[in-house]
Amino acid sequence: MSANISATSYKQLEQKSKLKNMLLRWFLYFVLILFASYFIFPLYVMIVTSLKTMPEIRQGNLITWPSQLNFKPWAVAWGGRGYGAGDTFLRPYFWNSIKMVVPAVVASTFIGAMTGYVLTKWRFKGDSWIFLFLLFGCFIPFQAILLPMARTLGVLGISNSILGLVVVHTVYGIPFTTLFFRNYYVSIPNELIKAARIDGAGFFKIFFKILLPISAPIIVVTVIWQFTQIWNDFLFGSTFSFGEAAPIQVALNNMVLSSTSVKEYNVDMASAIIAGFPTLIVYVLAGKYFIRGLTSGAVKG
Amino acid sequence: MFKWLEKNLPKVVLAPAVGLISWFVYGFILWTLYISFTNSKILPKYELWGFGQYTKLWASRKWLIAVDNLLIFTALFLIFCIVIGIILAIFLDQKIRAEGVLRTIYLYPMALSFIVTGTAWKWILNPTLGLQKLFIDMGFENFTFDWLVNREMAIYTIVIAGVWQSAGFIMALFLAGLRSIEDEIVKAAKIDGANLFTVYWKILIPMMRPVFFTSFVVLVHISIKSYDLIVALTQGGPGISTTMPALYMTQTAFHKSQVGLSAASAMMMFMAVAAVIIPYLYSELRRENVS
Repeated sequence: MSANISATSYKQLEQKSKLKNMLLRWFLYFVLILFASYFIFPLYVMIVTSLKTMPEIRQGNLITWPSQLNFKPWAVAWGGRGYGAGDTFLRPYFWNSIKMVVPAVVASTFIGAMTGYVLTKWRFKGDSWIFLFLLFGCFIPFQAILLPMARTLGVLGISNSILGLVVVHTVYGIPFTTLFFRNYYVSIPNELIKAARIDGAGFFKIFFKILLPISAPIIVVTVIWQFTQIWNDFLFGSTFSFGEAAPIQVALNNMVLSSTSVKEYNVDMASAIIAGFPTLIVYVLAGKYFIRGLTSGAVKG
Repeated sequence: MFKWLEKNLPKVVLAPAVGLISWFVYGFILWTLYISFTNSKILPKYELWGFGQYTKLWASRKWLIAVDNLLIFTALFLIFCIVIGIILAIFLDQKIRAEGVLRTIYLYPMALSFIVTGTAWKWILNPTLGLQKLFIDMGFENFTFDWLVNREMAIYTIVIAGVWQSAGFIMALFLAGLRSIEDEIVKAAKIDGANLFTVYWKILIPMMRPVFFTSFVVLVHISIKSYDLIVALTQGGPGISTTMPALYMTQTAFHKSQVGLSAASAMMMFMAVAAVIIPYLYSELRRENVS
């Protein structure tokens, strides 16, 4: 008899905990989706605003869907209105950014790879101090180097030029690229290098024939990291360039802040999406590598 | 000569990186430090002037506002990012369907520049057409939301946008931390009768101490350097109510042409970052040496 009772109550208990579990899971999904909507909200608002006309923006609100898709703001943001002076649009600055990003990413990645290679495979006394010496460069607030950098670029005759920005981004990218490659190469067995040296391979041959072919993942991480950082930079861009040599983030900021004409929020939003598009695409396509860079190069504003 | 080169090739290859960083990082910081002790205005002067710029800095109302704002921003930014980051990480760790999609959504703001997100938030927080209008349209007729143009509240709009941008990153750090802990520990605790809440609160979260430490360093570092977001959202306004040290430094240097004073403010920022980073690097290195 008593055994019977406990059996039913156990069953009840089990059912109860099942229900509790289900409720808990609903709660989990509810909170997760709530946060997801908070994160997606600005992107949604940007997209719908960029597709509305100005009268529609004034009538409706942030989330109303455009009555018909209006791509004019995109055309204006990218190519302007076509009336010469005072007509700012992103196309030339987009290319400025490309011209700045590509050489700076290639140069800083290459220097970082070579430096990381020496620091792990050709070790010498005091090399870890050199690593620390370089690593510290990841953390400095750039305000501490802004003034002398401005003067140096002036002395070199490359202030307010894309070349100047390439130099700046290459130099201040080296600590990060070195960190990435050093941490990657440290995990590659030294026996591999030793064997190659016994076979008579030299410094460069070992790098190009043995290490480089297995470096693809870390090259991807580094290139994505540097690309995102340099594309998104505003401090250097706004300090060391203006007018026609400005990169896209600076141009976007100038467009949005310009008080010359009536505010066109749809054009602002289209411009912001254009300026964010390249890094967003890279993130969506190669998120895994992006996150790896983020978690290992963590400390940068 | 050739022999020497062959023997010292690794050091020769190392030279560009070491040379560039010595000059552009250490040399430049020393230059800024030196200039902060001079009475430089538009052009740098090299006669020493003592601590004059630092006294001037700490007597400046604008700088004090900037420091105040930095403290408010850092505190709120830390709390919200870490709390949201932990909640999302723990919830995502419960064998959630579509985890990959959710993670991608939480983290995408990190791929965007602060200028892009600042532009978006400026529009959302627009005092007439933004959130205010949305809520009025939803039936809250007397709803007002004017933080962006309100001296007292504008700093909190920067917190909102900053948290939105960085919370997903803290989530990623904590999720990686949780995943690196052995399942055995959780299983053992459950066998001992601990429920899920206790497992997290008493066992897993305390084990996350290094992740807390990293998050703290990362977030403080971001907040000290905050510049782009403020430029895009408020430009330090209304008035000077949302000025922060990084903005103060560039404005003093490039708009007011007070090179000495701005160098002093830059050195204060440098010291603040160093105070956080040096212990961090030290502990990281010690951990690496132990393992």
